[in-house]
Amino acid sequence: MKKVLIALLPLTVFFGLIALLFVNLSTHTEVLPSPLIGKSVPEFEHQTLFSQQTRTQDDFKGEPWLLNVFGSWCPSCQYEHPLVNALAESGRIKVVGLNWKDETEDAIRWLNRWGNPYHEIMVDYVGSTAINLGVYGAPETFLIDANGTIVYKRAGVLTEEIIQQELLPMIDKISL
Amino acid sequence: MSKYLTTLLFLSLMLVPATGLGIEVYDFETAEQEALYQDLAKELRCLVCQNQNLADSDAGLAKDLKDQVAAFVIAGQDGETIKQYMVDRYGDFVTYDPPMNASTIFLWFSPLVVLLIGAAILITHIRKNNHE
Repeated sequence: MKKVLIALLPLTVFFGLIALLFVNLSTHTEVLPSPLIGKSVPEFEHQTLFSQQTRTQDDFKGEPWLLNVFGSWCPSCQYEHPLVNALAESGRIKVVGLNWKDETEDAIRWLNRWGNPYHEIMVDYVGSTAINLGVYGAPETFLIDANGTIVYKRAGVLTEEIIQQELLPMIDKISL
Repeated sequence: MSKYLTTLLFLSLMLVPATGLGIEVYDFETAEQEALYQDLAKELRCLVCQNQNLADSDAGLAKDLKDQVAAFVIAGQDGETIKQYMVDRYGDFVTYDPPMNASTIFLWFSPLVVLLIGAAILITHIRKNNHE
């Protein structure tokens, strides 16, 4: 009896491992937690896309704002764009764009075609601010409070569900 | 004559790719700097292709991160500072050499646990065989 049990041990371990990997397969995401939550927005200085003015992190202090990292080269940005448009139109939050590694002409054409929800758009042509924000793929969205602290980050597309269940409650919380 | 020309053409084609195959060139001042850069590029993970290190990846972001690492190395910063810079922005995930803390403890000690189980099985087996 004991021998049989010992003989079955490797098989049990094998199936245990299979079960573990299977669970991981369905729950695993490539979304990483951001170490930037609770920290200040990194310093930056960017030209705006249309008005050609210089903006720094200090220009946005005083009210909460949403920073949406996008590029005309990014299909997922186009996918989430109607939701960003709706969010900006609702007036719940000031939405600022960070045009990441994009050609100006392409960006303008893209915005003309799909709509421009942004209060302002900053151009990060080389991608330095994106690195400082720990961006690893567009779109990414950061919620920043009136003091310039990052309170929420979404890597990947925004969905109706995420906006309703995560983003809007967080906006309400920091707008008080 | 035409045979000679063809051979020459083939030879010249063989020479061309070696010079321009996407190899990044940074102006390091010393061999130590270059070695430090190579080490860091191997130890830092590409966030886009998450199973590649920076050195192996051709993704756009990996190129940006490599440029950033090279700039820091040329500016004379040490390896720890540069790694910490990346971890502060991208989290522990960015390094292939994760620090030991509460969330990585299982990662660090699971091989030891497996080793101990194996050793226990081996020892009981040997003891049993000696008795018989």
